[in-house]
Amino acid sequence: MQYSERNIVITTTHRVRAGAALLLATAFVGTLAACSTPTPGGDTAGGSYTLWDPYPDRDASSTWAKAIDACAADLGITIERNSGNTGDTVKDMTTAAANLPDIAMVDNPKVSTLADAGLLTTAAENGLDVSNIEPNILSAGEIDDDVYGVPVGANTLGLYYNPAVLEAAGVDIASVTDYASLTAALEKIVASGKKGITFSAVGTEEGSFQFLPWFWGAGADLTELDSSEAEAALQLWTDWVTKGYAPNSVISNTQGTSWDEFLTGDFGFAENGSWFKSAADDAGYLSIQVPGIDGGAAPAPTGGEFITIPVQKDTSRYATSTKIVECLSDGSAGADALGYVAPTADGQAAQLAADSSLEFWIGAVGDAKPRTADNLGISYGVISEQLYTAVQNALSGAASPADALKDAQAAAAEKLK
Amino acid sequence: MSVIKTVDRSTARGSAREAASASMDAASRPLRDKRRGQGAKAQLVAWAFLAPVVVYLVLFYAYPLYRNLDLSFRDYTLRSFIDGTADFVGFDNYVEVLTSSTFGPAILNTAVFTLVSIAVQFVIGLALAVFFFRKFPLSSTLRALFLVPWLLPLLVSASVWAWMLNSDSGVINSLLGAVGVPQINWLTSPQWAMVSVLIANIWIGIPFNLVLLYSGLQNIPDEVYEAAALDGANAWQVFRRITFPLLRPVSAITLLLGLVYTLKVFDIIWIMTRGGPGNSSTTLAIWSYRLGFGSGSPELSPAAAVANLLILLAFAFGIVYIRLQSRMARA
Repeated sequence: MQYSERNIVITTTHRVRAGAALLLATAFVGTLAACSTPTPGGDTAGGSYTLWDPYPDRDASSTWAKAIDACAADLGITIERNSGNTGDTVKDMTTAAANLPDIAMVDNPKVSTLADAGLLTTAAENGLDVSNIEPNILSAGEIDDDVYGVPVGANTLGLYYNPAVLEAAGVDIASVTDYASLTAALEKIVASGKKGITFSAVGTEEGSFQFLPWFWGAGADLTELDSSEAEAALQLWTDWVTKGYAPNSVISNTQGTSWDEFLTGDFGFAENGSWFKSAADDAGYLSIQVPGIDGGAAPAPTGGEFITIPVQKDTSRYATSTKIVECLSDGSAGADALGYVAPTADGQAAQLAADSSLEFWIGAVGDAKPRTADNLGISYGVISEQLYTAVQNALSGAASPADALKDAQAAAAEKLK
Repeated sequence: MSVIKTVDRSTARGSAREAASASMDAASRPLRDKRRGQGAKAQLVAWAFLAPVVVYLVLFYAYPLYRNLDLSFRDYTLRSFIDGTADFVGFDNYVEVLTSSTFGPAILNTAVFTLVSIAVQFVIGLALAVFFFRKFPLSSTLRALFLVPWLLPLLVSASVWAWMLNSDSGVINSLLGAVGVPQINWLTSPQWAMVSVLIANIWIGIPFNLVLLYSGLQNIPDEVYEAAALDGANAWQVFRRITFPLLRPVSAITLLLGLVYTLKVFDIIWIMTRGGPGNSSTTLAIWSYRLGFGSGSPELSPAAAVANLLILLAFAFGIVYIRLQSRMARA
């Protein structure tokens, strides 16, 4: 008797347990279902969109974050912003290939690389209107007549100078018109006990970016790194370092470190970007465009990010993504927030109206050209790596400028084969 | 009820029960089945206990290693990395790496960096260990202070070294300048870049050697030293004939661990010189990273090939270490 009684108890316990488990499972599935329930209906109002940008230093209270919030409010959606390091963009996007963000801000020379990997949509696919973007800025995102995203704005390089140092050394800025007159000015400045020029020749993309105005200004072409024009440009930099017109630390300086050196007030010149304009204004520094080897202005490379629309499984999302991109690139709100020159003529006019001192930089951006131009596309990354390596080898004395460039050209040709 | 009780007891003392019930065939058969079931269950439990380790090894060792090999035997571009359609190219990537103009300097730099680092670390670490072994006031405080380089994040130490060694504004050049030494371009000249990263790495590695060798010294019995003192041995003789030979097992392990740790050093060099200028401080680890992530054009397959060569090197030294350890265990 006892036996069967106990049996019943056990069964009951089992039943209770099974029931509880079933209840739990149901609750769990229910929760899951609740989580994954898509936003009802297909109406474009509402919904959450993700945006990746490479500005981790701009927090939620920054003007950039506010510009995004304003666009989200206009469109009646929420935009989830996620910031990563600009050096990690390609890696992050590659590893997230199955789950890409709706909007990705990509440094312009990397657009072609990501587009080639099939991660980005073309304007034809997503319906972006790119007709009013300045063509020289837009061309960084153009590959074989397809346009991958639009620039949020552009920046470029110029030659800042410290009027106090130049005056003390007896240098008239108007006399600085080409490589020879600039070198003569540096000589005078160093003779007066100050330091000549600072720039960044670091062994990364930044180093190539800074060298390009001199490289292009000498008439050299990225497809032929060992031309005599290229050698002239590299010889100029190498002489500055060996003669002490530029500090040896330029070999390891980032643009930020180089700017810090310039801010000590000891330097006559500094090659740096438009993004330091307001800091330069505060310190009383002025700027000219990097001169060409025989006068005129050298074309500087354009910097700045493209707002791209990565590939989505649900293509209906592109409609809203496009509106977000247009909101950020139209006018000058996005560019203003980032300290860039606006990508459209209207935006630039608005910026000029608000601050007439921007005229110099708007002009410089107009003269600038993208690094991936001349139909280089994804080859640029390979060439650039060899170029900054050559600059490093020449400035550090590991090789003569001619040998360094010869090796660079051979290595680039080998890799692009 | 009684049936259940019997079964219960049989689990407790199975063999006794089995002997007692040998004649009760009918009763003992289900019992044996039950025990067989329990054997399988025990096996299952054993596997359950093993599972976390197996899962861990597969997830974090076997799979990454397989992926790395796969990467190095195929021609991956960014596109094929995403859609998984890279062609199998056999040893092409290894041939490319081995014939690259960077290979020679990278191997040489790796050898110089590793050997000089561990040799100097060991000598200084041993000297300090012997020094601190004679107890003196504040000796333990001082010894603790020597551990600081080990406790600091590598990012911090490397950045501070880079800052101190800066050509134009570094404290080391201004100190040298005060005694009339001309400016040395520590991080930016091909002659000095390797020396600079070596100095930083040696500084960071000394505490590791100090701690291991100090604990080794504590295991040498005092009587040996007392006997030597009675025999009138001087300090050098004591070190030469007692300390050093008796410390040999610990020394061997310290050197081998140091070797494996130093082979893979990446952060210090990357932060201080990025392997430059040119290739002058590029080691295998730096080269692999530079190929894979350093430039705008990721070359994942050659990067994986370099990484595999490095793994092979470390693996060879790992085997030497295990051999040595088992030989010492037998001795």
